[in-house]
Amino acid sequence: MSIQPAPDRVTPPSSVSPVGIIAPNALTPDTFLGREVTPLTRRRIENFRANRRAFWSLWIFLVLFVLSLFAEFIANNRPLLIRYDGSFYLPILHNYSERTFGGFLPSEADYSDPEVIKLIREKGWIVWPVIPYSYGTISSAPGPYPAPPSAADWLGTDDQGRDVLARLIYGFRISVLFGLALTIASSLIGGAAGAVQGFFGGYVDLGMQRFIEIWSGLPVLYLLIILATFVQPDFWWLLGLMLLFSWTSLVDVVRAEFLRARNLDFVRAARALGVGDGMIMVRHVLPNAMVATITFMPFLLNGSITTLTSLDFLGFGLPPGSPSLGELLAQGKDNLQAPWLGITAFITLSVMLSLLTFVGEGVRDAFDPRKVAR
Amino acid sequence: MSLLEVRNLGVTFAGWRNAPPVHAVKRVSFNLEKGETLALVGESGSGKSVTALSVLQLLPYPSASHDPGSSIKFAGEELIGAPQSRLREVRGNHIGIIFQEPMTSLNPLHTLEKQITETLFIHRHMTQSAARRRTIELLHLVGLRDAENRLQSYPHQLSGGQRQRVMIAMAIANEPDVLIADEPTTALDVTIQAQILELMHDLRDRLGMALLLITHDLGIVRRLADRVCVMTQGEIVESGPGEEIFTHPHHAYTRHLLAAEPKGRAVPADPSAPALVEGDKLKVWFPIRGGFFRRVRSYVKAVDSVSLTVQRGQTLGIVGESGSGKTTLGLALLRLTASEGGIRFDGREIATTPQKQLRPLRREMQVVFQDPYASLSPRLSIEQIISEGLQVHRLAGDDKERRRMIDAALTEVGLDPGAAQRYPHEFSGGQRQRVAIARALVLKPRFLVLDEPTSALDMSVQAQIVDLLRELQTRHGLTYLFISHDLKVIRALAHQVLVMKDGEIVESGTTETVMTAPTHPYTKALMAAAFDLVAADASPA
Repeated sequence: MSIQPAPDRVTPPSSVSPVGIIAPNALTPDTFLGREVTPLTRRRIENFRANRRAFWSLWIFLVLFVLSLFAEFIANNRPLLIRYDGSFYLPILHNYSERTFGGFLPSEADYSDPEVIKLIREKGWIVWPVIPYSYGTISSAPGPYPAPPSAADWLGTDDQGRDVLARLIYGFRISVLFGLALTIASSLIGGAAGAVQGFFGGYVDLGMQRFIEIWSGLPVLYLLIILATFVQPDFWWLLGLMLLFSWTSLVDVVRAEFLRARNLDFVRAARALGVGDGMIMVRHVLPNAMVATITFMPFLLNGSITTLTSLDFLGFGLPPGSPSLGELLAQGKDNLQAPWLGITAFITLSVMLSLLTFVGEGVRDAFDPRKVAR
Repeated sequence: MSLLEVRNLGVTFAGWRNAPPVHAVKRVSFNLEKGETLALVGESGSGKSVTALSVLQLLPYPSASHDPGSSIKFAGEELIGAPQSRLREVRGNHIGIIFQEPMTSLNPLHTLEKQITETLFIHRHMTQSAARRRTIELLHLVGLRDAENRLQSYPHQLSGGQRQRVMIAMAIANEPDVLIADEPTTALDVTIQAQILELMHDLRDRLGMALLLITHDLGIVRRLADRVCVMTQGEIVESGPGEEIFTHPHHAYTRHLLAAEPKGRAVPADPSAPALVEGDKLKVWFPIRGGFFRRVRSYVKAVDSVSLTVQRGQTLGIVGESGSGKTTLGLALLRLTASEGGIRFDGREIATTPQKQLRPLRREMQVVFQDPYASLSPRLSIEQIISEGLQVHRLAGDDKERRRMIDAALTEVGLDPGAAQRYPHEFSGGQRQRVAIARALVLKPRFLVLDEPTSALDMSVQAQIVDLLRELQTRHGLTYLFISHDLKVIRALAHQVLVMKDGEIVESGTTETVMTAPTHPYTKALMAAAFDLVAADASPA
């Protein structure tokens, strides 16, 4: 039943005649970000753009993320630029000893020391970052800590006197980076496992499915707590540990796509051409499974960020002193008399997770072939 | 005043985002009288289904809209713009509809009783027991055997033909004045198609309904329709009594449509040519497992002890209805599905050769699948699709040579080489099938399995593909195994014919003998159903 000819912005169906006469203008390839894209991809991009909420969420998130990548230039206890005695110095990128600026100590210059600043100011000037604290710097604000928001500490300090805004910027960055790393790694492993299961089926599939069932039955949190007593987890340790258990989340989706696609006609046709299994998987089946994977990814990213935050909150996450949103939350819980801690962490987390969820919804809808843009 | 009057009907679909709107139907007018059969004929995309749905006001409004001046009058009452409550009374009660696909038109979670009684409750306010009696009566009327015991069946327990009978029972439950049948038999096998057509004809006479028949099949029109409207690109280009349209077509498109049936005969071939492909007692059995230990209980014998010989440069046609095992047989010969028995290709035994060693042979035996929408990977350009085989078999020395071979293959199947950079979805069904043939041809194979290559295509495109295949056979001396349920296409291409039923060969011989003097009763029934649209024996599906 043909109700509506598939609406396609790029090539109106009327340009397709029964026997190959091709409109010449259709031969110039369509590009996006310098890469050639298929009209299908173009349609998805348009679909995503049409979803205003997702589109703006993506931009806001990207701006925040890119800004946080340059956290050292925004929040640092070292100056951005020093002009001293006719030459320029970049303390963010290089270490200079106090002697460089006419001091006495051979050790590295401490730029929070009023003496050092005075020395430099005599023969030049200093450009500070917007926030003159790094995540571990003790604020100059007078105690008792946690100190409330002030002109110096815009979001106040935590219970060890460190600037909350500086820690927030670094914490945001580490959360997103951790989430991205975990998502990409588990997509790769899970995708490969799902592909093998779905494509070969039979006993391979059966065996791996049972293994995954047992594996995902393990109590992850307890294992992490036990492991945390043996090793002091750092970023990579945590990433590895989490990866052990998070790769299973994509397996089912990819497996289902491969199970479906391995009997499609074009896969059979490739087999009839004599194409090998690996090539068929990568070239013919994987692109079909990508839709499901990409749709899933923003939600995986959300889950990864939440996991890291909750581990930090419980105190089994990143080593003490690291900037982290979970730790900030825990401080907020411990210091109810200092609401700026809890409120800051809450707002940051909810905004970040909401933005990612909106993006995820937009991506999901853009890839949905049944959905027509409004 | 006619029962149904359609005047200047226009349907416009709003374009997607900035795309221009699509005028699917333009100024269509026709009348339908009581007890009359009117056929709307046209190829896919001609606007027939949209016209039918407009009558019931079932289009996706507001993205679809009727042009000003459109009018659909049922018994003098205007339906366009009528309130929803009134439309609901008309739908199902006065105008019934049968859809094309019996597999998806029934709710899989409802029993037959629930499906059919629903409309009786809504429009007739019947009691439970009265509705049940009426349902049984209806199922008898549409010829579903053993109706009393079928009431609690679910759609998946019925065959395609039985489902279509249930659909008809639902449509006529309230004795509508008009029955719209939208390609009612396209999804069915030929023998069942003949039975369903007979049933509809019979019901029309018995209930005095008007029948609006929408179809692309001229055979059906010729047999059933009193009057015919020929549609193309949203317009009715010719209308008149059935006889007249067939004997004196005026419009060029009608003549084109009438001339479009696959014609001609297979190119003459040497009957003593040596065998290229031989199958010896081929068996493909799928095990049915059951019980706690999943032991093999029995087998589905998809192909059972089939022996065949395809002679070099000739075409062997395999005929059979869906489920007869013809596709499986083709796949087994190419070693694309596991089988038992002997397969010889050019004198070489290949039934047990490991897949890896088979790979060089893949170049010489190729396959073209039924559905050109499914057999081309949607994410690869035409060039990538065609060059894949060249890469696997390292046939092209460099990029330039590869490009040249692809261009040659595209030209050979009648496509513009400039199309190589485009993607499958930009092509029509017939063009895609040409691409699929080019993908096989570029390897210069000797043996080509054609698995229903024309059945997903419009009639006139079918004829073009058949002509193309015949031409390629003469030019390259190709050997075909042609699988089809369509006997007209087989007659136009095949030298030898095998008739399959339930995995076995029931008849074989030269095309002439099998077509003109069939001996097996099944073959006779098949021929009658296909060429004369007559149900050979009265046993319902």
